[in-house]
Amino acid sequence: MNLDELYQEVILDHYKRPRGAGLREPYEGESHQVNPTCGDEITLRVHVEGDRVADVSYDNVGCSISKASASVLYELVNGAKVDDALAKMAEFTELMNSKGQGEGDEESLEDAIAFAGVSKYPMRVKCALLGWMAFKDALVRAEASIPGRTDA
Amino acid sequence: MEAASKLDVEAIRADFPILRRRIGDKPLAYLDSAATSQKPVQVFEAMRRFTDHSNANISRSVHTLGSEATEAYEGARAKVAAFIGAASPNEVVFTKNSTEAINLVAYAFQNASIDAAADPRFKLGPGDEIVVTEMEHHANLIPWQQLALRTGATLKWIGITDAGRLDVESVNEVVTERCKVVSFVHVANLLGTVNPTSQITARAREVGALVGLDASQSVPHIPVDVAELGVDFIAFTGHKMLGPTGIGALWAKAELLDAMPPFLTGGSMIKTVSMERTTFAEAPAKFEAGTPPIAEAVGLAAAVDYLDKLGMANVRAHEKEFVAYMLDKLETVDGLEIVGPRVPIGRGATVSFTFGDIHPHDVGQILDAEGIAVRVGHHCAKPTCERFGVNATTRASGYVYNTPEEIDRLVDALGQVRKVFG
Repeated sequence: MNLDELYQEVILDHYKRPRGAGLREPYEGESHQVNPTCGDEITLRVHVEGDRVADVSYDNVGCSISKASASVLYELVNGAKVDDALAKMAEFTELMNSKGQGEGDEESLEDAIAFAGVSKYPMRVKCALLGWMAFKDALVRAEASIPGRTDA
Repeated sequence: MEAASKLDVEAIRADFPILRRRIGDKPLAYLDSAATSQKPVQVFEAMRRFTDHSNANISRSVHTLGSEATEAYEGARAKVAAFIGAASPNEVVFTKNSTEAINLVAYAFQNASIDAAADPRFKLGPGDEIVVTEMEHHANLIPWQQLALRTGATLKWIGITDAGRLDVESVNEVVTERCKVVSFVHVANLLGTVNPTSQITARAREVGALVGLDASQSVPHIPVDVAELGVDFIAFTGHKMLGPTGIGALWAKAELLDAMPPFLTGGSMIKTVSMERTTFAEAPAKFEAGTPPIAEAVGLAAAVDYLDKLGMANVRAHEKEFVAYMLDKLETVDGLEIVGPRVPIGRGATVSFTFGDIHPHDVGQILDAEGIAVRVGHHCAKPTCERFGVNATTRASGYVYNTPEEIDRLVDALGQVRKVFG
């Protein structure tokens, strides 16, 4: 096993210096997700302004992969259009489900392509996706709480 | 003073082909026997011999294979019964694992509670109490918790001290006259604690409660004699004691099995059947609906033979030495905190620990890269984790085939973990 492939510098850097961490106001949607096999947890909030993700804030406990993934998520979707954020999520999820075959588009996924190696470790894919599950859920909740957005 | 280990570990290892495996370019150090043990060739040879030679369904057919299969299955039951000191093979019910065995007892309570004619010892309702401990595996917590929710009974538990021992001081207070059943873990799967049983069983007797043990982590590792323990039931599983997956056992006193309503119903557990009514077979058949795991029973009997040949007192002595060495070595690792008893007294060869702020998932991943297999997570004991304020731990557990060199490798690899995440 090539550990360097799994624990790339980029991942360790996001783990040790998470971007955008902490829970902030205002927000329209909040989601709490747990990984029942290892006890990793994340609470994630989204603040939506118009068609944009104006802020993503989070508080989490977990392994390096799940913490780094949340940090990378913040960088990718904060300030992005909601539709673009959802497209990034789909792209990242596809990379995670690629069983080591995908490389990822660096133009689009930026630091997140460092997670390509994680997709070879089925036990860790859930860790990498935990924050994204929270993001998706929080967005659904936010849209439900903003009148007029549900049919947008 | 217990005898020093009399196990010939090198000879034992030769019986376990998997221990010769390499993980990448590193030899495997398997330190996860508390999750599942490895199996010696003798177990698979026995299962293969049975499958190649005598496979048939049991207790049904008059043909030669049918009678050989029945004999093999019942022979396995007798072997398991003798191994734990049961008064009769009929006191051993084969299940698929410990979880099912414990559910079988919990459902006996639930089914009795809605049956006017049932034995009052198994009837539960508001005001009645069920007692477990805070150090249970979920298998011995959730069946009782759900039983309490369904019957209106109250679930209570005996707490854990900071040292990882049961708070026996509180036993008289927790186990009251209202208690109908106490079910507690014999050897804790996360903490490694070997619980003293006599005080709890004595108190259960005093208040007229039934008392049982989750013996999943004790039957494989220490001599267990149900008569000596003086309990009413124990549950254990084959795959943690060198046997195959898919088979476990409930032992209960014959008189109790007779009084308990069945759990699963269907084929082979009946006496007479009409479209309207059924009368049930005697135990253990009453609790073994459907075709049981027959080849697995044969495998479990071979595992029992293997352990018998080693001698359970020798197994225990080996593990005591092993865990003393492991505790000593782990204490030298900077930033490592043991969760559970820190002394090799009253504990098994299972040690959980935290390692600074480094998440157990990351610890386990780096150890795996060094060929070392440990368990990470909450070990199906979330309340225990909460009691010690941790989300998860890394757990190394030993068995008959483990060596001190494997602990040395573990400690070296922890240095590697620190290098990556420190």
